Amino acid sequence: MVNPQIEGKTYPRTASYLVGREKIREFAKAVFSTDPANLDLAAAKALGYSDLIAPPTFAVVIQERSLTTVLADKEAAIDFSRVVHGDQRFIHERPIVAGDELTSELKVASVKSLAGNSMVTFETQIFDQKDALVCTAISTLVVRGQA
Amino acid sequence: MKLTIGQELPARQFKITRDSLVRYAGASGDFNPIHYRDDIAQAVGLPGVLAHGMLTMGLAVQTVVDFVGDSGKILDYQVRFTKPVLVDAKAGAMVEVSAKVIEIDEESKTARIDLTAVCAELTVLGKAQVRVKI
Repeated sequence: MVNPQIEGKTYPRTASYLVGREKIREFAKAVFSTDPANLDLAAAKALGYSDLIAPPTFAVVIQERSLTTVLADKEAAIDFSRVVHGDQRFIHERPIVAGDELTSELKVASVKSLAGNSMVTFETQIFDQKDALVCTAISTLVVRGQA
Repeated sequence: MKLTIGQELPARQFKITRDSLVRYAGASGDFNPIHYRDDIAQAVGLPGVLAHGMLTMGLAVQTVVDFVGDSGKILDYQVRFTKPVLVDAKAGAMVEVSAKVIEIDEESKTARIDLTAVCAELTVLGKAQVRVKI
């Protein structure tokens, strides 16, 4: 079971992640995007963006860097082999743009116990190099109890 | 862009193959082997290789992106993962996504569009809601 004491715990800011134009193209193709704003620089600029913008779920890449620190935390005691993704949400202040240097800060919003499983909700705030909030990613992991 | 409540957006079908899973693993950095190895998937009690939930989430929203014509208009997007998408090594899996306008807020210039994603007659995403700028 997940340690309920980690509710409210915040984890340190992750190292900066530079969003690359080709990474956006690669991610866009992987999620079957045909949006020119993800793929074609001229099209993105015509829409007023400074560079390619990322698909709406790209922030998961940044969230993952914060989650890695939690999964490595012995105090949290999360057994990754028993983890199932329960739900996910991204609230965008603005789209992620190639050239952004992003960091993230994760807070354990809640730890709940239900029918022998633990449900842990994480709230990850993603900031740009000017320290402005870009996206809040909310993720619930279900950690299955020992059968 | 003119939307009306109850309006249905053009539905889309996505054919997911094992190649799609490898591509998504590389692009996202999620290398959990249950998404490419049947033996490991079965060892943890799954019927076989599953698609990444985040792949299903990522492709489902394209139905809305195609319609609004700019992924930057997606302000808020949430889903619940209700059923796994089992991806057969040969046949792959077909995910069908439909989208319907539920709410229009003229004041904030946003609309809520709900998605339905079905694979093998099972609803694979629940509470799949997209808030878009209009």
